[in-house]
Amino acid sequence: MQNFNTTILSNQELSPGYYRMRILAPGFVAAAKPGQFVMVRVSGGLEPLLRRPFGIFRTGFLPADCDGLPDKEYVEILYKVVGSGTSILKGLHQGDGVELLGPLGNGFELRPAAEQILVGGGIGLVPLYMLARELVKNGNVRLLMGGRCRDDILAVTEFERLGVATYVSTDDGSLGEEGLVTDVLQRKLARYPEAAVYACGPMPMLRAVHELCAAGKVPLQVSLEAFMACGVGACLGCVVKGAGHSETDPHYLCTCKEGPVFMADQLEWDLLEDRQDGCGCGEDEA
Amino acid sequence: MSEGKMNMDKKPNLAVDIAGLHLKNPVMPASGTFGYGQEYAPFFDLDQLGGIVTKGLSLNPKAGNPTPRIAETTSGMLNAIGLQNVGIEAFIRDKLPFLRQYRTPVIANFFGNSLEEYGEVARRLSDLSEVAAVELNISCPNVKKGGIVFGTDPQAAAEVVTLVRRHLSKPLIVKLTPNVTDITVMARAVEEAGADAICCINTLTGMAVDVHRRQLRIANGTGGLSGPAIRPVAVRMVYQVVQAVNVPVIGVGGITCAEDALEFLIVGARAVQVGTANFVDPQAMPKIVTGLEQYCRDQHEDDINNIIGSLKLS
Repeated sequence: MQNFNTTILSNQELSPGYYRMRILAPGFVAAAKPGQFVMVRVSGGLEPLLRRPFGIFRTGFLPADCDGLPDKEYVEILYKVVGSGTSILKGLHQGDGVELLGPLGNGFELRPAAEQILVGGGIGLVPLYMLARELVKNGNVRLLMGGRCRDDILAVTEFERLGVATYVSTDDGSLGEEGLVTDVLQRKLARYPEAAVYACGPMPMLRAVHELCAAGKVPLQVSLEAFMACGVGACLGCVVKGAGHSETDPHYLCTCKEGPVFMADQLEWDLLEDRQDGCGCGEDEA
Repeated sequence: MSEGKMNMDKKPNLAVDIAGLHLKNPVMPASGTFGYGQEYAPFFDLDQLGGIVTKGLSLNPKAGNPTPRIAETTSGMLNAIGLQNVGIEAFIRDKLPFLRQYRTPVIANFFGNSLEEYGEVARRLSDLSEVAAVELNISCPNVKKGGIVFGTDPQAAAEVVTLVRRHLSKPLIVKLTPNVTDITVMARAVEEAGADAICCINTLTGMAVDVHRRQLRIANGTGGLSGPAIRPVAVRMVYQVVQAVNVPVIGVGGITCAEDALEFLIVGARAVQVGTANFVDPQAMPKIVTGLEQYCRDQHEDDINNIIGSLKLS
């Protein structure tokens, strides 16, 4: 975990409202684990005041030019423009500076399973790519990717290049199958009851995934997002209700430090709020 | 070499004293924004700080408020964490051993749910050699008991300070709330009751609305406003309190850089606390220390104490 000033290498629109930013990040290739996140300070000033959390999509090396310098390490984030922070971020270009804090949080636990099923909802796809990159080494990996319309379906071909079998569904049928990603999951779980499932997306989707997995006794890990101030467990602003939580015996877990990835049975699903909008940056829509 | 040049090369003195507590510089975190120190240790050597103020402690662990607990506002943030903390037993067992490796004095912030509990926690903290001083929180706006109730009534404040003073053998800093009509009344009340120093201000009670959902943005309804948005209010109140009491005053509220900290020192604060800025930049505090040193050099001052209370009124 480190905090440093760095440079944007590229910032491209993937589909309307969705961007992919590559940032110079020395040390990240070895340090970043699937499911971890970074906090980005989008402005050198005080507006917006707080950093924004973004899931790490991938890390990699940018080959050195002919200048004899070593390869440059980068981190990539995918984000949806929803609020003031992401609006500023989309306007940044190659060569612009940002402050980066990370890698932060606990990542996914790689569980041995013959069938590994990843479920992504919209920008919730972000933390699943590095996970897929690891899981394909030891088994079959399937990505079930859902969104409201075709614009919400991101980077699926990159998963395919890893050797991941992909299944796309959209609410309006504009890409892939018409319907919910959880309908696809239900069919896959019927066929592969020994699977391990990993999911990230809007809370209603995660809740439905949890119900399916719980019914089939399938191990599930979910990556949550939350509005955060510090990202390091100091402010206690991003807590979620843990299993066994009650008014009389409250039990909170810190999303930034104890998460953002949780085993489904660590959480009190009935009490998790649906305010999470799946934007991937912890910003409220504004 | 001229005399002026020699002065320029000499490292300015940043050390200050707060009620017998020696701080190598006047910069420390505001309670609740720095965890128990461990959270920020990866980013800089905590010995660069003047003091380490830990998350507010209660006798028993406290779970805190429902979510959402924080919301961003213009140049600030609202929070209603609700004093979530590990409780004094876990603090002694799990947190103090880590802090022991630093030479920087540890200031334990604490609160109680009742007068008796304030006394009990004070007694426990008094016994700990690793705790150099305590900061009494009578100003949290986010819990019904154990906070602002004591901090808004001068008689109740005096009562709790008197009780804590009786149980305590180390410097006692009392942290005041700005959510009162006249903060100097509170400051005088706690000074008379035995406070060795006063820390002001805690957060300002605020509210924010999500206009799309037409809901309050904090589950608690109201929250404590912090960050640069509150700094002018904090500077004003610190100035007023400095005039009103004889004990040293620690200034806090919206400090993000050395210049912000200097505003407080110039109006008379003996030290400063940095809160929300730690979230914005985990290295904010060491940068402020460096900035203060540079300011002294630029102003040809060899001692930060010459800057404290140096406001020119004409």
